[in-house]
Amino acid sequence: MIKTNEVRQSTDRAIDEIVDRYGAKPNALIMILQDVQKHHRYLSRDDLKSVAGKMNIPLAQIYGVATYYKSFSLKPKGKNHICVCTGTACHVRLAQVIIEKFETDLKIKAGQSTPDMEFSLETVNCLGACALGPLVTANEVYFGNMNATKVDKLLARLKGKEIEEKAEEEAA
Amino acid sequence: MNAERISSPRDLDELRKRIINQRQENKTIITICAGTGCLACGCEPVASAFKTALQQSGLDKEVEVRTTGCHGFCERGPLVVIQPQGIFYQRTKPSDVKMIVERTIKKGELVDRLLYRDPQTNEVIVHEKDIPFYKRQMRLVFGKNGFMDPTSINDYIALGGYQALARALTAMQPEEIIDEVKKSGLRGRGGGGFPTGKKWASCRKAQGSPKYVICNADEGDPGAFMDRSLLEGNPHSVIEGMVIGAYAIGSNDGYVYVRNEYPLAVKNLSIAIKAAREHGLLGKDILGTGFGFDIEVSRGGGAFVCGESTALMASLEGRTGEPRAKYIHTVDAGLWNKPSNLNNVETWANVPLIIERGADWYAGIGTASSKGTKVFALTGKVNNTGLVEVPMGITLREILYGIGGGVPGNKKFKAVQTGGPSGGTLIVEREWQLDQKKAPQYKSIPKDEEAMSLIDLPVDFEELTRVGSMMGSGGMIVMDEDSCMVDVAKYFLNFLQEESCGKCLPCREGIRIMLKILTRISEGAGKTEDIALLEEMSRAIADTSLCDLGRSAPNPIMSTIRYFRSEYQAHIIDKRCPAGVCKELVSHAIDNNCNGCHACFKPCPTDAIIGTIRQLHTIDQDKCIQCGACYQICKFDAIRRVKRGEGGEIQRKAQEVWKPKTKTQPAAMA
Repeated sequence: MIKTNEVRQSTDRAIDEIVDRYGAKPNALIMILQDVQKHHRYLSRDDLKSVAGKMNIPLAQIYGVATYYKSFSLKPKGKNHICVCTGTACHVRLAQVIIEKFETDLKIKAGQSTPDMEFSLETVNCLGACALGPLVTANEVYFGNMNATKVDKLLARLKGKEIEEKAEEEAA
Repeated sequence: MNAERISSPRDLDELRKRIINQRQENKTIITICAGTGCLACGCEPVASAFKTALQQSGLDKEVEVRTTGCHGFCERGPLVVIQPQGIFYQRTKPSDVKMIVERTIKKGELVDRLLYRDPQTNEVIVHEKDIPFYKRQMRLVFGKNGFMDPTSINDYIALGGYQALARALTAMQPEEIIDEVKKSGLRGRGGGGFPTGKKWASCRKAQGSPKYVICNADEGDPGAFMDRSLLEGNPHSVIEGMVIGAYAIGSNDGYVYVRNEYPLAVKNLSIAIKAAREHGLLGKDILGTGFGFDIEVSRGGGAFVCGESTALMASLEGRTGEPRAKYIHTVDAGLWNKPSNLNNVETWANVPLIIERGADWYAGIGTASSKGTKVFALTGKVNNTGLVEVPMGITLREILYGIGGGVPGNKKFKAVQTGGPSGGTLIVEREWQLDQKKAPQYKSIPKDEEAMSLIDLPVDFEELTRVGSMMGSGGMIVMDEDSCMVDVAKYFLNFLQEESCGKCLPCREGIRIMLKILTRISEGAGKTEDIALLEEMSRAIADTSLCDLGRSAPNPIMSTIRYFRSEYQAHIIDKRCPAGVCKELVSHAIDNNCNGCHACFKPCPTDAIIGTIRQLHTIDQDKCIQCGACYQICKFDAIRRVKRGEGGEIQRKAQEVWKPKTKTQPAAMA
């Protein structure tokens, strides 16, 4: 319990810092929430309350904004964040195949996270690199001209990377 | 960067001269495209490899490495252009860098392997300007992109940047600027095509203060990315345009509302704004004229409807981005209920060009009602994808064949989609029509529509609207015979359903029901009266929705029904998807073209593919879930997508005639 309090306090300090950086102006609300979200990859109930208190904006309005815009998530997200572009250009180059491939391999649907919280799968309207479709970003790195074989490689790499990191930790 | 304040137009001239003098003339500059497209292809390691290689050869003083904004030819990235000669290397890898330095930089020889080869004529082309993709373009707004580092204000000033601003602030009255913009015929590049000068004039006249100037960089159209590219590649041109506009309108506060999905655009724009402030080109007393204006960057939350002006302003105020009815225009009461002038990124970037070169020059480009150039994002099933800037009035043929280089493989163009989800899908070529023989049996197809092809349509605001689409922000998605028009309409409706803010009923409920009908059709459960019902609903939604998202939502359906009615009927009457996309109606099968490369075996998620290497493969029709993974990977056109139930027959025939291919080319595992 003490530990969660400590985490809360450090998050609150971080929120204070973020709000101070932009100033408690209503037009900065979306950016403030985006930066807060970077901390735990989602917005918790307590995060929203802290922002509301700090900015003196009704919690209802903040909840409205946090649920209206696509860039916010009120659910925890996985460690590796995979985003499949479903823009028109990617769609005509069979982005659906890529989504289904990820869905079968990770055994989750788009918008969900794996039970071990290693991966979350999402779709995005357009990433703006349409010439390279179908496009996928994994932890904000772009991968263009995707196909099923490349999905296998990408997932292997993401899983492998993790193993390497663990091995390094153990070695240390 | 030296943060020297420029306090008069003469200072600006002197700084420019000094920058140019400091730079050696004819110095070799290796420019590397660092737009998001090339970044995704891995241009960063190439740039650092160049720096290391030059250092090792002791050439780092004589040769400059410059990472620039987007060159537009994303298909061929990472792009490397060696200036001043303009030698164009494409698909460069870090391992190629050593050879370029050894041969091209040191000896002046060419590395043939990396040069561009025209896919149609097979001709090797050395210089960037001679490549058909660039040759037929008119790059004005994007003109400086390939030559400057977007994070360097000095590069922009050296290329003549901020000269238009100096002229506007010192030699022109605000009314003169508005007249000049009116005379140029510039129209909003965000989609609507409203005359920019007229908008400025109304905002100038509007009562109330402060007034706001806003740049709409919430480019939401899937398939369009010119605004991202401009902000990434030449943010100063947008800033310059905004300052000129603010001076003309009488505003001191500006906002740029940019998509959060474009991190590099946000970064480069913020760097540019900071540099402009330090140089006295933003902030108080700009260029010593006493006029003050500053810009704030606001990141969007990822809602498509926020591209609509009133929704964008609501979002800027920190609220949910719901549009309101516009009987009071935003130029009278917009952001915080104050007069606000909103223009799109590309519109702002056009302004300095008009002031610099004059309205008459600008009005000389384009058609009677659409002036200047337009940037299109050419994507989808076309050989040369990327950003193309062309004069208004150019034909689709010129864009698709001349610049785009035709369709990949042995396929034919079928349609072009412009204007994003609010636009329409236009028919391009008729020959693809697999249904030609069957068409007469669907009696309701008017004769003139059957014969229609819009390949020679001149592209401008009026023409696109006339044929049932719109300019939009300039997405141009090319589709070949593999794209199903019912599926495309379904795709856009699905998108719009998700993005509808839910405020007004016709949009919220209407789109949902139309999507339900389309889904029914694509699953083979359509009814004959469905097409008429869709048309009727489309008219009602277009007439009664609150904002443009709803009013234009039926466009994807209306246009596909208008040009591809027979395809709808094939789904409804025949229970067949001619393009082989709609899963419930299709079977995948492998035909005689199979050479046993085995590439399709692994991607199949249900292990439905049977076969060993160099042998004919088959698809287990019971196991296949029609996902299309094999179709996407096959390089030999061996996978056929046919009517549900006909797959087995094709595979039986293939087994009878198939012979091992003499020259087996194992497909490179992509």
